[in-house]
Amino acid sequence: MIAMLPVPAVDPVLDTESWWWQPLAIVGLKVLVVFIIGLVGTMFMVWFERKIVAGMQNRIGPDKAGPFGLLQTLADGIKLFFKEDLIPERSDRFVFKLAPFLAFVPAFLIWSVIPLGGDFTDGRDGTVEWFGQITRVQLADPPVGVLLVLALSSIAVYGVMLAGWSSGSKYPLLGSVRASAQMISYEAALGLSLAAVLMAAGTLSTSGIVAAQDQLTDWHLLSTGVVPFVVFLIAMTAELNRPPFDLVEAEQEIVGGFHTEYSSIRFALFFLAEFMNVISMSALLVTLFLGGPQPLLIGSFDLFAVLGPFGGTAWLLLKVFLFLYVYVWFRATLPRLRYDQLMDLGWKVLIPVALGWFLLLAALQLGRDNDLSQVGYVTLVIVCLVVLGLGYLLFTAAISVARRNRDREGAAY
Amino acid sequence: MELIVFVLASAMVLSGAIGVVLFRNPVHAALGLVLTLFGVAVHFVSMEAHFLAAVQVIVYAGAIVVLFLFVIMLLGVDRAEDLTIEPLKLQRPVAIVLGAGVTVLVAGAVVRGADTLGRETNASAPGDSNIRALARSLYSDHVLAFELTSVLLIVAVAGTVVLTRRLKKSEG
Repeated sequence: MIAMLPVPAVDPVLDTESWWWQPLAIVGLKVLVVFIIGLVGTMFMVWFERKIVAGMQNRIGPDKAGPFGLLQTLADGIKLFFKEDLIPERSDRFVFKLAPFLAFVPAFLIWSVIPLGGDFTDGRDGTVEWFGQITRVQLADPPVGVLLVLALSSIAVYGVMLAGWSSGSKYPLLGSVRASAQMISYEAALGLSLAAVLMAAGTLSTSGIVAAQDQLTDWHLLSTGVVPFVVFLIAMTAELNRPPFDLVEAEQEIVGGFHTEYSSIRFALFFLAEFMNVISMSALLVTLFLGGPQPLLIGSFDLFAVLGPFGGTAWLLLKVFLFLYVYVWFRATLPRLRYDQLMDLGWKVLIPVALGWFLLLAALQLGRDNDLSQVGYVTLVIVCLVVLGLGYLLFTAAISVARRNRDREGAAY
Repeated sequence: MELIVFVLASAMVLSGAIGVVLFRNPVHAALGLVLTLFGVAVHFVSMEAHFLAAVQVIVYAGAIVVLFLFVIMLLGVDRAEDLTIEPLKLQRPVAIVLGAGVTVLVAGAVVRGADTLGRETNASAPGDSNIRALARSLYSDHVLAFELTSVLLIVAVAGTVVLTRRLKKSEG
């Protein structure tokens, strides 16, 4: 047999010499907890969104099932289970059945790399001891953590794309082509703003990124300048197909978009995946930019110090909650973009801004690594600004030339 | 353990590859290709090349095959084609020759490289030093090739746009 190599610790609990039931039990427990959090969180999110939107529109919203209507989602879910499962005559049966799972499974798996708690303050690495075993409050901590999330979100494109194609009807196909074009376009901006964080943290692992944000000034929201955060937030909203970027399911134009032909439990899977993605991407945003489970200290006062070891989890929940509210707020406030506006924003604004800012940050990082003098820094910044200015001029020139050509020749199609 | 993973991943790769060849429907064939790419990613993970595995999924499965699907859907060639009509007469004999040639080359490379098995590699280093080593060699030793590749890609994209643009005569 091949000798066991030192495995890069996906979970420190697996590093122990003596293999007995504890590591397996801990991993199993964590899988279970992550699964339950995912489901319950999604249920809650659906209720939360309906309730907040209702409040903003001066309605009451769900209030019959359970206290404050909390069980409304459960009731809806049970109802969906018992509905008739329709498969269109002209659909591609195998792909039609496969697509909901391709949307659902990645949404769940993103949770596995989010640090859900643990103590990262004062340079501690966030490991905790359960039943005499050292582990992390996160399902897995692979060395490529954040890339795994990107990989999963690129798999999620398949769910949408194949659902629309396999339905064998025109509105779903239109919806899915829109969706995949949108998701691919915004993935670039998402990746570029992510790169700024990865450069600041110097690691790809999610727990490493959290550990790098010890003080408030180290939070990547501030240490990378606010620009990557804003780009990430917008790109993420587009990536999630949330309003104001929900052209994918623009009811007035293409019925329900890619899931028009889906009914019953298969529709429920798409619905769940969408809401679960909102929560898990918010958690990712918090992990990347707002320090995840790191507390926000006022002086040395920690709001959740009472909770002891669960303080980190409470902080994470509070921050995720904030962004869930922001998403609902977006939905209730902003009108939907037109398709060309959507593509303009993605390609002509977000990607150049993210790229330029990344260049600037990289130059500053290089200056810091090489211990530049004050004069050196100033020259560096001036050179950067000149390069960025030239880039901007070229860019606007290219756009105006393109516009002039279009005016002269008429639209290409 | 490693044997089980190897067998399963290889089964994924092979069944995906066979699917690509045998499926009549181009979309199913593209999905077979995705299965193959995933199998390769699993192989990468089992060899501790986590970064390569992630990039494999992001770039190949997440971008290139999505592009294939796009083309298939937009051009509407998603129905089985008639294989008896051959647009390029030479295509099949040349494909057979090339296929045989590639098989011989790969077999030769495997036989010659047999002694590299078990040799000490960077991949067994802990944590993300794997990624660091990769970045260092990419951006220092091979930086010229890297930049040339990016120039090639830009030229390809710009060229495609220029060549496919239909210039309409303005008709007032």
